[in-house]
Amino acid sequence: MLEIQHVSLTFGQGTINEKQALKNVSFTLKDGDFVTVIGSNGSGKSTLLNSISGVYEMDCGRIFLDDVDISFWPEYKRSRFVGRVFQDPLLGTAYAMTIEENLAMALMKGQQHGLQPGISSKESAYLKEQLSRLDLGLEDRMKDKVGLLSGGQRQALTLLMATLVMPKVLLLDEHTAALDPASARKVMELTREIVGKNQLTTLMVTHNMQQALSYGNRTIMMNEGGIILDLEGEERQNMTVEGLVELFNQKNQGEKLENDRMLLQL
Amino acid sequence: MTIIAFQGAIILGMIYAIMAVGVFISFRTLDIPDLTVDSSFVTGAAVSAVFCVAGHPWLALPAGFLASAVAGMVTAVLNTHLKIQPLLAGILVMLGLYSVNLRIMGNRANISLLNQPTIFQSLEGTPLADQAEWLIPLALLLLVIGLLYGFLKTRFGFILRGTGDNQQMVRALGVDTSKMILAGMALANGLVGLCGAVLAQYQSYCDISMGVGMVVIGLASVIIGEVIFGIRSLFRRLLAVVLGAIVYRIVIAFALNLGMPSTDLKLVSAIIVTLALSLPVLKAKYFLWQKRRKG
Ligand SMILES: Nc1ncnc2c1ncn2[C@@H]1O[C@H](COP(=O)(O)OP(=O)(O)O)[C@@H](O)[C@H]1O
Ligand SMILES: [Mg+2]
Repeated sequence: MLEIQHVSLTFGQGTINEKQALKNVSFTLKDGDFVTVIGSNGSGKSTLLNSISGVYEMDCGRIFLDDVDISFWPEYKRSRFVGRVFQDPLLGTAYAMTIEENLAMALMKGQQHGLQPGISSKESAYLKEQLSRLDLGLEDRMKDKVGLLSGGQRQALTLLMATLVMPKVLLLDEHTAALDPASARKVMELTREIVGKNQLTTLMVTHNMQQALSYGNRTIMMNEGGIILDLEGEERQNMTVEGLVELFNQKNQGEKLENDRMLLQL
Repeated sequence: MTIIAFQGAIILGMIYAIMAVGVFISFRTLDIPDLTVDSSFVTGAAVSAVFCVAGHPWLALPAGFLASAVAGMVTAVLNTHLKIQPLLAGILVMLGLYSVNLRIMGNRANISLLNQPTIFQSLEGTPLADQAEWLIPLALLLLVIGLLYGFLKTRFGFILRGTGDNQQMVRALGVDTSKMILAGMALANGLVGLCGAVLAQYQSYCDISMGVGMVVIGLASVIIGEVIFGIRSLFRRLLAVVLGAIVYRIVIAFALNLGMPSTDLKLVSAIIVTLALSLPVLKAKYFLWQKRRKG
C-alpha cells in the first residue's frame, strides 16, 4: 500500500521562477491498484511520480510504503521497491552495454553487487527466457548493445528490467508517448500483461483518455498540481472518453473563469 | 630512428598505458573529465620515490596507487556531495595536491633515485637481468589489464560501467551512484598513480612538474587507440588504449628523432588531442564541402 499524505512541492523556491508543482496532494494506492493518471501538460503528473521515487525533495508531506515512512529516503534506496519506466526511451537503459548486461544489472536489484561474476550462466539462461516473453526476438540478440535498439524495443526492455525483481510499486510516466503507434501498442500490451499477471500496484501517466479508461481500475485527473477527479468502480465503468473530456473542460473552465475574474480585478 | 630509441618508446608506452587506462576509466567509463590526473600522477611518483629511498621499491607501487586513489576520491566527493562541476573539482584537487606532493617529497622539487634500489633491479642475479627493463613493465601492464578486465566483468564492474552510461538508470536500479563515482575515481587515479610510481623508478627520478599535461597525454592515447583499433568489445577497448599509448610514444619518438626540440612536446600533444577530438566535426565539414562542390 502506498500512501501519499499532504505532499507539496515547489521548484525554484524564492527565485523568480518559483513554481508550485504539487499542492497538498493526498491519495492512497491499495495493493494491486492499477491507477491511470491524466491531466494537461504541466499539471504535475511527472512531479508526482518523481516525488514518489525520490528524485525531488518535497516541501512537506509524507509518503508511506507498506506503512514504512520513506519520505526522507534517497532516490536509490526507494528504487529497491519502486520500479520505473520513463517517457524518454534513452533514460531506462545503458546504451553502451549489451542487452544481457543491462538485464543482469536489473536482476541485481536489492542484492550485493560485489566481485562475483556479472552474469552467471544460470542467470544468462534465465534472462534469455524472460526476454523471450517480450516476443520481440531480442533473446537472440543478447550480446548486442542496447544503443542499437529502437525506442519501442528499449521501452519494452526497460519495462522488463523494472519488473525483473518485483517492485512494490510500478511508476510509468507516459512510457509510450515517444513511440510510433505500433510500438506503443506493443508496449502497452506488455504493460497490461506484466502488471496483470503480477498484480502490481501501478501508477501510469498517459495523455490518451481512451487508455486512461480502458487500463487499470481507477483514474485520477490532475490540474494545477492537485488531484481534481478520482474515478473508480461503477462511475468509472460508465465513463466515456467524451464524458471525461467534458469533465476535464468543466474543471478547466472553472479555472479559466477564475483567471478572468482575477484579470478583471486588476 | 635507432632500434634502441624505438624499444625505449615501446617500453615507455607500456608504462604510460597504465595511466591511459586510468584516464579511460574516468573519461570513458565514468564519463567524467577528470583533471586530477596531472597531480595524482606526481603523487604516485613521489610516494614511490620516498619508498625507494626507504628501501621498498615493490611496496612503492601499491603505496603510490593508494595515495593517488585517495586524491581521486577527494575529487569525487567534491563533485557528488558538494556539487562542484567535475572539471572544477579536478582542477581544485590538482592545485591542492601540488603542495601535498611537495610535502611528500620533503619540500624538494625533485628526488634522484640513481643510487637507490628500484623494481628494475629485482631480476639481478637471474638470467633475465638484462631484460628487466621491458619485462617488468610488460608484466605489470598485463597484470593491470587482466585484473581490470576481470573487474569490469563483475557485478561491481557492470554497475560502474552503467553509472558512466546512465546515472539515472543506475539509481532507478537501487544503487547509490555517488558511491560508484567514488570507487571509479579512486580506481582511475589509483592507476594513474601506479603509472607515476613505475615511471619514477624507470627514469630514476621524480620531479614535481612531471605530471604537467598528463591528462592530455592519457586522452591522446585513448583517442588514438579508439580511432585505430576500434571500440567493439570491452576487451578490444582496453587493448586499444594500451596500443594507443604505445603508438603515441612512437610518434613522439619519431618527432624527436626528426629534430623536434623536446620543449615542443607539450604543444604537439595538445595539437594531437585537438585534432583527434575535432575529427568528427572536420569529417562532417569535409563531406558537406564535397557535396556543395558537386552541386
Ligand atoms: N525540474 C524542474 N524545475 C523547475 N520546474 C519544473 C521542473 N519539473 C517540472 N517543473 C514545472 O512543474 C510543473 C509541473 O511539471 P510536470 O510535473 O512535469 O507536469 P506534467 O508531467 O503533468 O506535464 C510545470 O509547470 C513544470 O514547468
Ligand atoms: Mg510529464
